[in-house]
Amino acid sequence: MSRLQQELEAGRFVVTGEVGPPKGIDTHELDHELEHLKGRVVAINVTDIQSAVMRLGSLVVSEYLVRKGFEPVFQLTCRDRNRLALQTELISAAWVGIENVLCLTGDHQVLGDHKGAKGVFDLDSVSLLQTVNLLNSGKDLAGNGLQGAPKLFPGAVVAPGLEPMEPQVLKFEKKVAAGARFFQTQALYDPRQLEAFMRKVEHLKVPVLAGIVLLKNVGMARFMNANVAGVFVPDHLIKEMADCPRKRLKQKSAEIGGRLVKEMKGMCQGIHLMPLGWTDIVPDVLGHAGLA
Amino acid sequence: MLVTEEKPIKEVLGVLEADKRVFIVGCAGCPEGWATGGPEKVAALAEQLTAKGKEVVGTTMIDFLCNKALVGLRLARCLEALKAADALLVSSCGIGVQATAAMVDRPCHPVLNTISSAGFQGLWPSSERCQQCGECVLSYTAGICPITTCAKHLLNGSCGGSHQGTCEVEKNRPCGWYRIYDRLKALGKLDDYKKLMAIRDFGKLDLPMKHRSTIRWALETKQF
Repeated sequence: MSRLQQELEAGRFVVTGEVGPPKGIDTHELDHELEHLKGRVVAINVTDIQSAVMRLGSLVVSEYLVRKGFEPVFQLTCRDRNRLALQTELISAAWVGIENVLCLTGDHQVLGDHKGAKGVFDLDSVSLLQTVNLLNSGKDLAGNGLQGAPKLFPGAVVAPGLEPMEPQVLKFEKKVAAGARFFQTQALYDPRQLEAFMRKVEHLKVPVLAGIVLLKNVGMARFMNANVAGVFVPDHLIKEMADCPRKRLKQKSAEIGGRLVKEMKGMCQGIHLMPLGWTDIVPDVLGHAGLA
Repeated sequence: MLVTEEKPIKEVLGVLEADKRVFIVGCAGCPEGWATGGPEKVAALAEQLTAKGKEVVGTTMIDFLCNKALVGLRLARCLEALKAADALLVSSCGIGVQATAAMVDRPCHPVLNTISSAGFQGLWPSSERCQQCGECVLSYTAGICPITTCAKHLLNGSCGGSHQGTCEVEKNRPCGWYRIYDRLKALGKLDDYKKLMAIRDFGKLDLPMKHRSTIRWALETKQF
């Protein structure tokens, strides 16, 4: 059983981190990012062709994490693979020692760098969750038996900031019915969004980890507000970043991140930190949040 | 001509659930030509439903349900019967079901599956589209097709890119699942949103040889 599963099932508060595989095969930066997360987080998400931008694969990087002694959360999206490839990746992941899998539909290909690509979407996040549970039970989608079943711990995502909220709640319920055992949220910058959402889903008793994307600069905040569905950075945070001298931006980012974690940690069972490369300030974020 | 096949009566009764009073709309276009619909089939369906304890409050045949303006015009003549109905059954391709659903505030259920003809769409489509998936799900999606309205063809609800009713793909593109949510809510059928949908059989999109050689000439070659 993965440590993430043990901690969540024991009802303990957890912190997860995230790394994005590089576009190419030079993984020096990835190694540095991982060093800063060592001992600070229970598990580390490995994004899967994030934002539909072609890059190193999430399965091989997740396996790399296993070999280096980290616990990965293998992210798997439905955009680029049909049901044959998805099931193969899932059992391959289990075979190399990956235990946590985060099931996503995936951003549409037009948001990425290969806009003319064929979107597959043979399955979706819900049917992918069902598939993980089916494989765990020793069967595949065709009803055939497996020679050795995986024991994967399936999770899902939710975006509490999307409007209206009701379809998000319905889909959350659907993902729980499909077998999601934990949730990580899209980036949140307003604790009230999390609070309102948790009120609608806490009766389902499935652990939710609030997502925090560390702000790097004003441009990034404005970009997310304009382009990332359901992500809203309030004006007061943008002003705080704008008023900060350039060389102190990382410290400011850690301060803001830590404050958000502190505000949200009482509302849910964990925090999912998405540092987007700035893992070196993760210890400070946790320090400011009182979680170090 | 679009090719359709009849859904099993068990499936049709299943989607009607507790709905007792039923109005049947039949397309006098392609389904009549293909003998999966038409007045005789609609009359036979009415008899089957009555035998199963349903009350058929009215039936009507319309030439080409894909012509939404015509559908609205003709349904207006049946207003009283439609008001008395809990649900409508629609004997047409997926476009006809969606065109009908767009005109009434009652749940509309397909009684046919639209079989792939490898790309050919209905005769007179307006904003409704049918991918001819062969496994019509319009019963559960408020008569709005998730396969053709969602940019990812999702069957299980909106994705994380749906915000304030629009799709992540184009700023002015409505999210298909938002529209479905909105209409399910208006129909009092939000529980349908939670239904875990079966994964699709994409084999049905490949045009079988028996249809490949007969679709275009079906009217000429079919024995009536």
